[in-house]
Amino acid sequence: MSSSRFVITVIGLDSVGIVAGISRVMAEHHVNIADIRQTIMDDLFTMIMLAEVKSENFDLAAFQEAMSAIGKELGVQVIVQHEDVFRFMHRI
Amino acid sequence: MIIHPEEILETINMVTNEHLDIRTVTMGINLRGCCHPEIATFNEKVYTRILRCAENLVRTTEDIQTLYGIPIINKRISVTPIAIVAESCHAEDLNSVAETLDRAAQEAGIDFIGGFSALVQKGMTPGDRRLINSIPQALASTKKVCSSVNVATTKAGINMDAVALMGHIIKETAELTRDRAGIGCAKLVVFSNAPDDNPFMAGAFHGIGEPDCVINVGVSGPGVVNSAVRSLQDPTLGDISECIKKTAFKITRMGEMVGKEVARRLNAQFGVLDLSLAPTPAVGDSVAAILEAMGLESCGTHGTTAALALLNDAVKKGGAMASSSVGGLSGAFIPVSEDEGMIRAVQRGSLSLDKLEAMTCVCSVGLDMIAVPGDTPASTISAIIADEMAIGMINKKTTAVRIIPAPGTRVGDMVEFGGLLGSAPVMPVHNFSSETFIARGGRIPAPIQSLTN
Repeated sequence: MSSSRFVITVIGLDSVGIVAGISRVMAEHHVNIADIRQTIMDDLFTMIMLAEVKSENFDLAAFQEAMSAIGKELGVQVIVQHEDVFRFMHRI
Repeated sequence: MIIHPEEILETINMVTNEHLDIRTVTMGINLRGCCHPEIATFNEKVYTRILRCAENLVRTTEDIQTLYGIPIINKRISVTPIAIVAESCHAEDLNSVAETLDRAAQEAGIDFIGGFSALVQKGMTPGDRRLINSIPQALASTKKVCSSVNVATTKAGINMDAVALMGHIIKETAELTRDRAGIGCAKLVVFSNAPDDNPFMAGAFHGIGEPDCVINVGVSGPGVVNSAVRSLQDPTLGDISECIKKTAFKITRMGEMVGKEVARRLNAQFGVLDLSLAPTPAVGDSVAAILEAMGLESCGTHGTTAALALLNDAVKKGGAMASSSVGGLSGAFIPVSEDEGMIRAVQRGSLSLDKLEAMTCVCSVGLDMIAVPGDTPASTISAIIADEMAIGMINKKTTAVRIIPAPGTRVGDMVEFGGLLGSAPVMPVHNFSSETFIARGGRIPAPIQSLTN
């Protein structure tokens, strides 16, 4: 693994408070937002965040669970993946 | 951000909508250190050895799945062919070894364990014979054990005595699992040119030139290729090939990343990445659907072999560009029962056993997961195997036969196996006899292609 950066993808219908809700959970887990993009694709609200984790004992599974839970609450799908998966697939 | 949002969404779409997955992480384990004349001691050593290597296999693969968000469907183990390591055992019946493998697989939490195998392309040792004779009972009394027998190679020719014997073994295996539609046969493969590092079941075993402990990864994605081809606007065949190549490249890269990370964490060597389009019963996750996307009305009609050749070649080229560790079978699988498109093609009458045989000349394996009537004679099954072995031998490629003479069934019946094994329509075989040909036995000599030195 070359870094501890994660790509967080949020997909769903747009509504008030998505960014606030998601970033609150991230702050609770001490996950920093390094970059953030937001678009509407195929009528769906799509937010992609590059997140950084400094702590060595970061509990990824617990963070993913918390993100899925807040996603459910907000009616959006939240996916947390290590950035390497995209780097490997799309870059040589 | 270095990665474009569209690329991120493409990856996520591949996983959530197009069934992209790591089909298997297979740990190859060398058992040569376990040989012992007393079978009880041998079994104990095998059990301990497997668990020592694989105790963290499942947990590690699950961690990796969480990290990357890519599903890893199966965790498997392959071992040194049991016929080799059990050669020095006094016992005639090797069923207890299969039960030991099954117990170890259960304890390690894996899905399948392969390697209840023998390599008999040129002749049989007493150990090989004991193993082959133990196969029917072993597959009936275990759940996770898979068996394979290599009866031909380009270098050695075809061992027709073994081919004749395997016809009977397959019939007996079906009979002993009669209550489950002959499912034992779904765990038994007869090979020509079997690869040493194939991670896919039922044919995986840990070959004799392999390291002590190795991780081989099988990636799949017929659904991804199918959608990619279907999204092209009025493409030429060259465009289709290019599109398949690019898709295969991406899938392979992801597989290699996962394989290397699993191997690193488990302190094992990374072996090969096998990019094989292995269909599942899910709608759209089908090799037949890809062939139909190229413009065939129904898989099996004229043009199918050409379309499959294009597909198989493009998959290999994309894979070879993406990783220097591509190995195993790498290509397109055409198992009938596991591919919803193939099943429909058989039911429609467009796909026959003879056409499937022709297709195996250009794809990565062979006649796979095909159900035939329960009263098919053993000699006919042997003859089907012989044909397939000849294709592999002459074309210097792996071919295989996994055929189920489902007891009590007739042409047109459906046989249910459940899970990834799916369900198979019972297909007709030729009624003319091959009995005398198979009874001759002996060996089909190595072909002229073997004289390469």
